[in-house]
Amino acid sequence: MAEGQKKYEKPKNRKGTILRLGSYMIQYKYLVLLALGLTIGSNLLALVGPMLSGYAIDAIEPSAGKVDFARVFYYAGLMVVFYVVSSILSYILAVLMIHISRKVVYQMRKDVFTHLMELPVGYFDTHQTGDIISRISYDIDTVNTSLANDLIQILTTLITVVGAFAMMIVISPKLILIFVFTVPLSVILTKLITGKTRPLFRLRSRRLGELNGFVEEMISGQKTLKAYHQEENTINKFDGKNEEAVEAYYRAEYYGSVVGPTVNFVNNLSLALVSMFGALLFLAGQMRIGSISSFILYSRKFSGPINEAANIMSELQSALAAAERVFHMIDEPVEAADNENALELANVAGDVLLENVSFGYTKEQTIIKKLNLHAAPGKLVAIVGPTGAGKTTLINLLMRFYDVDDGKICVDNHGIRDVTRASLRRAYAMVLQDTWLFEGTVFENIAYGKQGATLEEVTAAAKAAKIHSYIKRLPQGYDTVLTDEGTNISKGQKQLLTIARAMLLDAPMLILDEATSNVDTRTEQQIQQAMRKLMEHKTCFVIAHRLSTIQNADVILVVNHGEIVEQGTHGELMEREGFYYQMYRAQFE
Amino acid sequence: MKKVLSKYLRPYYGRMLMGFVIKFIGTIMDLCLPWILAYMIDTVIPQSRRNDIFIWGFVMLVCSVLALTFNVIANRVASRVARDTTETIRHDLFEKVMWLSNAKTDAFTKPSLISRLTTDTYNVHQMLGRVQRLGVRAPILVIGGILVTLTLDPVLTLVLVSVMPVTTFVTYYFSRKSIPMYNALQRAVDQFVRLLREDIARIRVIKALSKTGYEEQKYDTLNKKVVTLERKADVTMAVVNPATNLFLNLGLVLVVLVGAYRVNQGSSEVGKILAFLTYFTIILNAMINISKMFVIISKAVASANRIMEVIEVSDEMLPKLCEKLAEDEAYIRFDHVTFSYQSTEAEPNLTDISFSLIKGETLGIIGATGSGKSTLAALLMRFYDIDQGNIYIEGEDIRTMPTGRLREKFGVVFQNDTIFEDSIAENVRMGRTLSEEDIKRAIGHAKAKEFVEEAGRGYDNHINIRGANLSGGQKQRILIARALAAQPDILILDDSSSALDYKTDAALRHELAEHFADTTKLIIAQRVSSILHADRIMVLEDGKMIGYGTHEELLECCEVYREIRDSQM
Repeated sequence: MAEGQKKYEKPKNRKGTILRLGSYMIQYKYLVLLALGLTIGSNLLALVGPMLSGYAIDAIEPSAGKVDFARVFYYAGLMVVFYVVSSILSYILAVLMIHISRKVVYQMRKDVFTHLMELPVGYFDTHQTGDIISRISYDIDTVNTSLANDLIQILTTLITVVGAFAMMIVISPKLILIFVFTVPLSVILTKLITGKTRPLFRLRSRRLGELNGFVEEMISGQKTLKAYHQEENTINKFDGKNEEAVEAYYRAEYYGSVVGPTVNFVNNLSLALVSMFGALLFLAGQMRIGSISSFILYSRKFSGPINEAANIMSELQSALAAAERVFHMIDEPVEAADNENALELANVAGDVLLENVSFGYTKEQTIIKKLNLHAAPGKLVAIVGPTGAGKTTLINLLMRFYDVDDGKICVDNHGIRDVTRASLRRAYAMVLQDTWLFEGTVFENIAYGKQGATLEEVTAAAKAAKIHSYIKRLPQGYDTVLTDEGTNISKGQKQLLTIARAMLLDAPMLILDEATSNVDTRTEQQIQQAMRKLMEHKTCFVIAHRLSTIQNADVILVVNHGEIVEQGTHGELMEREGFYYQMYRAQFE
Repeated sequence: MKKVLSKYLRPYYGRMLMGFVIKFIGTIMDLCLPWILAYMIDTVIPQSRRNDIFIWGFVMLVCSVLALTFNVIANRVASRVARDTTETIRHDLFEKVMWLSNAKTDAFTKPSLISRLTTDTYNVHQMLGRVQRLGVRAPILVIGGILVTLTLDPVLTLVLVSVMPVTTFVTYYFSRKSIPMYNALQRAVDQFVRLLREDIARIRVIKALSKTGYEEQKYDTLNKKVVTLERKADVTMAVVNPATNLFLNLGLVLVVLVGAYRVNQGSSEVGKILAFLTYFTIILNAMINISKMFVIISKAVASANRIMEVIEVSDEMLPKLCEKLAEDEAYIRFDHVTFSYQSTEAEPNLTDISFSLIKGETLGIIGATGSGKSTLAALLMRFYDIDQGNIYIEGEDIRTMPTGRLREKFGVVFQNDTIFEDSIAENVRMGRTLSEEDIKRAIGHAKAKEFVEEAGRGYDNHINIRGANLSGGQKQRILIARALAAQPDILILDDSSSALDYKTDAALRHELAEHFADTTKLIIAQRVSSILHADRIMVLEDGKMIGYGTHEELLECCEVYREIRDSQM
């Protein structure tokens, strides 16, 4: 697996990109073969058509009054049959290609998303959402359009070119020599131009991704922008990005569209040469005039599809550039795989041990320094300290969103690197400072963590979290559709919903990170009892600024600058009159 | 779609015309070649004039070069027009979106606005370029081809032309049918974008609850939906090409049959029918290109309509005529204000709110979750227009002020405020003309100096997307610095110290009292300690004012306030 990935890691590797695209097609090899057959069939039929019309005209040939109508009708009838069959074939072919390309696109989108879900959270902290969306929608779309249209065109070109070439060799091997000159010329010119345009298409995709990233971020923060009257400034910034994007598009398109006329030019050139040399050969008595004209007819046949193919070169280029971006994302390293003999954590007692843990998001800045901590099963551990002291980071480590740089974290005496991530994370219920609702009904939002939760369970949880009466007042009660950005729900209400969500989970350990920071204190008090019940028999990690909420903790850790500066119960810490004592007093100043 | 043409392409009509003319010449040059060829074979070669052969050969070469040059130039003009048009459309759309009222943004939804700005404008761009490039040659070939066949045998031409209405109808019918399908597709894309945004923003929760499988399933459903809709629309349009082909070829068979009769009668010749067939191939290929264009256009029409829907939505927060209260001593006055987000709701979100503040006063707002505290702030900044009553600042109804002038007065931190991916300094500056000094001072006031200066590159330190490399309290302090930086007349802090420890919170309050004495402050909080010293405190419950006064007054007469206080002591 790792080796297979490495093969493609080299970015901007065109062959690798094509191979990988091919590997998506290979899955449908029978359909692709069928399409190939249909292409050959419909092209051959298309060649038969002119032949039949030739026979029909032969039958007219005898001139006025002597036309052989029986034969004319016979061939006309055949023509109708062939044309109908050919059209049906090409329709089937088109539909087939649409099916294949949709399957490929479906698979690609699926692969990207599955991969996305496995990426470490750090990836999302450093990549614009809009750019990610742009890759999944626009880039894959571009690949797909090209698959559906261009492949057929290339196949058709190949078949016609080979056929026409064979016919021309039969007619005049000498005149073919002209193509020895012109064909390489068109190949070289095309290569030259595409070599130039490839980076342009890459830039085009990237700029569009950047523009989309910007749009997403600005529309998300629209309210803030309005509040600071930044509409004009943002529009100006957008104009800059927009100009970059359309300019990159223009340059790629313009240079890409040079290919078509250029190849056309080479074709015209060979036409001129053929007619000149053909004429000379005729004068030398080496060629009949009829042969010249049919040679030319075939060389026209030859140039038509080549022209078309040259025209789609730019589409192919943009498809490749887009595919590169998609594959680039698929190649982002995922969260390191679980150890081979990683345990499934089961029947977790909730004994958590941190030994000499050090961690920093970047190498320069260590957030947590040599932290030691032991939480016995069922204990309530409170973590307090000034903002930025590393409390939330500690949670990131417990849940293994990030791996520690140094030291070790154990749950029930298993190092957390030796257990599967899924089972580790399942062992925690978590209510975070940043709440999360997705577009869905209230019921779905609360039942999110527990599959198959009944309405009774959900209602019970909502009642315990004191959010039931609010829900009842909504137009459709538990079936009301909520959106995260909805205006009609406050942050505190969202927190209560997430608390209800956590209550439904039956996890042995619980993390509350400022879980009620936006809930008013009266409501907070009302849900205290339910919270206590929620915390019963569970190892709990509670981060809170309202020190009143953690006074009954079994152990309070006072963290400052990533280190534990004090440790003990509320009473002990108050007696010590240290850091905690000062923080506590500050509440009443 | 029509609007796109008339409004956005109009300035480029001249350039487009020039492009068309150039393309026309290039195409004619292209078409000259077979004509010269025929002349050489029919006339020059049989006469065995070696010199003429070279002359005509050279003419062909010149034609080829001209065809190349003109076609390249024409493509360039076309791409430019497409570029400039798209730039303008996108600019207008983004501008409109930026100025869109919150109510309208809510109605369109953000994911939909994002996909209109991205995929839809892209579709239009693509269409504009392609149609201009392909749209000249094909019609010229069709018209030219028909004209030439007319000179050969008008009767046969009529036979051929008679099938054209059928093909036109087929193309038209299926394009019309596919436009709503492409519309539905774009709507599905909206949902797709929404899900992606949600999942990316909440990746931590998904991972914590091991719900990746579930999210993948949800995604899969949408993925299938999008793919199915795409397939449906594409398959519908796939009829057009083979059908055009078929009808024209059937027309050809008719030509052969009618031709046979005419030859038999002596009114036509076999040679003419032969030539006719050659031109017919040209016409056929051109017609197929035209039908291809219709596929591209249909897809873009759906997108263009979605773009215009936003650009043309009437969304005016009409300025009211000036109605200044005579010499109001109050700086901010709410006068019987009532408001609902949706008119369908039984209870208004805020009911009959009245209060007034003198310049420099502090109003603390406290109340249960969902009682309307944030709504009150949103109304003061006129994010929504109120249903009843009036809001005055310095005696001026806020609806009479341009929103720019109104909002300039404010510094604000929302509950769910946005940190942008930029440096710390830029996040505080927010595009305003503020000096380095202003920014440093604001960061100092917001008690953020210590951690900002500690961080690697200080004020230039880069903040990750959504402020991911900052803690909750750090984010809040950056936001507070942003609100303070321009010495605002009015400061709104909406629950913006919830992630601060008490000590920092207290220090911050101290700073505000000392350095922002002239600033009128609205402080929304959960903690009584945050608003204890406010000049006025408002207690909200279910959108109604149930208490208004100083801390001491409220303790005496407002039971709810007392309960809140007791719950925190």
